[in-house]
Amino acid sequence: MSKGKLKSKNGLADRLGSLGALLVLCIVLSFATSSFLTQSNIMNIFKQTSVNALISTGMLVCLITAGIDLSVGANAIFCTCMMGMLLQKGVTNPLIMILVGIGSGILVGFINGTLLTRLHLPHPFVSTLGMKNVLWGMALLVVNSQIVSGFPKQVTWLGSSTLPASVPVLGGFPISFILVIIIFIIMGIFLSKTALGRSIYCVGGNPEAARLSGIQSANVLTFCYTLSGLMSALAAIVLVGRGGIANGANAIQPYDTDAIAACIIGGASFMGGKGTMSGTLIGALIITVIRNGLQLLSVSTAVQNIVIGLVIILAVLLDVTRERMDARARRLAAK
Amino acid sequence: MSDYVVELKGVTKRFPGVVALDNMSLSVKPGEILGLIGENGAGKSTLIKVLTGVYQAEEGKVYVSGTEHHFKNPNDSAAAGIACVYQELNIEKLLSVTDNIFINKWMKKKSGFLDYSAMNARAKEVMESLGIDIDPSKAAGTFGMGVQQMIEIAKAILIDAKMIIMDEPTSSLGEKEVELLMKICRKLKDRGISIVFVSHKLEELFELCDRVTVMRDGEHIWTKEISETDNDDLITAMVGRSMDQLFVKAETTKGECALRVENIKEGGVLHDVSFEAYNGQILGFAGLVGAGRTELMRAIFGADPIDGGKIFINGKEEKIRSPKEAIRKGIAFLTEDRKGQGLVLGQSVQMNLILANLKGFCKGIFIDDKKVRETGEENVKSLRIKTPSQDEIVGQLSGGNQQKVVIGKWINSDANIFIFDEPTRGIDVGAKVEVYNVMNTLTEAGKCVIMISSEMPEILGMSDRVIVMREGRIMATINRGDLKNFNQEDIMKAAWGGKIDE
Repeated sequence: MSKGKLKSKNGLADRLGSLGALLVLCIVLSFATSSFLTQSNIMNIFKQTSVNALISTGMLVCLITAGIDLSVGANAIFCTCMMGMLLQKGVTNPLIMILVGIGSGILVGFINGTLLTRLHLPHPFVSTLGMKNVLWGMALLVVNSQIVSGFPKQVTWLGSSTLPASVPVLGGFPISFILVIIIFIIMGIFLSKTALGRSIYCVGGNPEAARLSGIQSANVLTFCYTLSGLMSALAAIVLVGRGGIANGANAIQPYDTDAIAACIIGGASFMGGKGTMSGTLIGALIITVIRNGLQLLSVSTAVQNIVIGLVIILAVLLDVTRERMDARARRLAAK
Repeated sequence: MSDYVVELKGVTKRFPGVVALDNMSLSVKPGEILGLIGENGAGKSTLIKVLTGVYQAEEGKVYVSGTEHHFKNPNDSAAAGIACVYQELNIEKLLSVTDNIFINKWMKKKSGFLDYSAMNARAKEVMESLGIDIDPSKAAGTFGMGVQQMIEIAKAILIDAKMIIMDEPTSSLGEKEVELLMKICRKLKDRGISIVFVSHKLEELFELCDRVTVMRDGEHIWTKEISETDNDDLITAMVGRSMDQLFVKAETTKGECALRVENIKEGGVLHDVSFEAYNGQILGFAGLVGAGRTELMRAIFGADPIDGGKIFINGKEEKIRSPKEAIRKGIAFLTEDRKGQGLVLGQSVQMNLILANLKGFCKGIFIDDKKVRETGEENVKSLRIKTPSQDEIVGQLSGGNQQKVVIGKWINSDANIFIFDEPTRGIDVGAKVEVYNVMNTLTEAGKCVIMISSEMPEILGMSDRVIVMREGRIMATINRGDLKNFNQEDIMKAAWGGKIDE
């Protein structure tokens, strides 16, 4: 029996594992509360997942490079506030607003990448943590700590619209989640089928070997953090649509940790070099389903947090155990 | 009382798939320096780990001063008086020298607190007895490798070691530090402490040792007085076959000049280095470790910035600012450090094989999976990479097979100039021969091969021309046809800074 075969089978099992967990979770919740498996609640889950799924995309790319981007949530809120600032200043052109929002996110990501590569800061944990605080303050500053509302319809469309109820089965499906699906398909193909995508895994595994193989590791890393910034900006537009407001105080909501959790549950590792888009999507859905289900069961937010925390620990524990078992299987096979 | 301070009899240690030690024996006399040599993978490390109690042997006996011992862990072995200075030093760089020396055997005051003044004084005393005058309250990391090694030796002295094993102690030392180490070894010997000196450098063994033991494939081959042996004798015993069989050099014809380097400078490391390398030939770079050979190649490859000099490829001057540009101009560079610089260990064999030429494996913007798979199959077959499949994680392969993956990576890069930096380090003899075959195939195809090697037989066996470097300068260039100078003695002479008689 070849070890290669064993491996690919395990790979499938990984994916099936988290997908299975998601299904079991849904089945259990369907029995536990009659309001879970309804058309409107399912659409609600998709809507609630959109922001975290987008942010997780950027986080995943950074995690694959063995880095991390703790500024994702603050960056998203900063982008909403930049758009809010325009509104305060009387700019109502939706195109300019969206471009400024996306531009801000990309710029912040690019700065994060530059700090890491060109300015040689150590692990991005520190620099992006610093950036998170900077952005929190900036978000409040640009809108004078006010809550801005009254965004034009074209800006809020992405985060607030759904497919019309007349569409069979998918009536009420959020437009934002269609964006998520499109982004995940593009990113999935990008990561597995393009040279740059594959380089990201290699730079994560061994930046020096990648550099000496002709891959510009520094550029690849800068690209990853810039991409993370772009994803935060897209999440910002969805956020503005969903809530209709820009509020700088939200910058310290746990967007970053939710994104990390989605990636890790989906099979990414802090050691870098692994993680997939499909796994991350399942991870993001698992988190929303748990939150949603517990809310329907009227469980307090305190307990919700405890459960989410335990799920993260469990996911990592499973992952580590699985790897140890794999290593042992290989040792036995070598005998 | 036994004649030997430490004696090993019939020791066998098996690992899954390999017998690392096979009925191995070793005897060390009191107050002698015993050289221990063998190829990589001969079982030296396992032997050391059995002696220090890290591994437990399945069969055989260990005697210390005539009494049988069973080491269950390193503490047992230390208690019996065996210490080891590993190649990778166990130094906590941020802690003081004193802390390092007294780690886990602190001196305490009556109050139970640590008695630093006593420990500092004792540390200073021990280091001084080794001829090192330093302030032991300073962090260990502020001192050079030589002093850090002395800290390890001081630790051994403090536990009253009867025997100290030194595992390739000179591999990371500069020339002066090596001299100092040798002086200290002799001092220890005078105190009646035995030393087992593991080294790959024959000249060190001849200078320092009283006797030498050769091992191969986990077995004891022979032990002789150093005066009764010579280089050839040692190498034949180590390799187990004569060199003619190991090196079968292909007959090739010298082609155009592929690479010309003029006055390459890199602050303090390279001084005005110029040379030429030709298609269809292997150019060997000999010299001691730290002679600047790797630095020269890294500079040519664009991995490190240079301060001056010109590089001509196929007669045309080229500016190479990064490895990416070097690869585009047809240079391949197999680094010495396979794991740290050559491979992405967590990725598959397949991925590593295409790493240096991702663009070449793309159709449009997408990677051409079919081409990648076919190339992978072909590489695995032609290089005889032993792997269950090309999807296996590279980190799971043996050293020799990992090296073949690196070679495959560069073959797939369509390079014309192949720089091999210590290509056979840490791989077994069988894999070595296959690496030599790859070089032959390359030169037969008219490619230019540059090989850095610290193994003299390899240099002599494979090179069409040898350049000897020392301290960032070229000392000599010797052609294969130059029967008078193309030999180990003259190359070593040049490497040590001597003049070759023309």
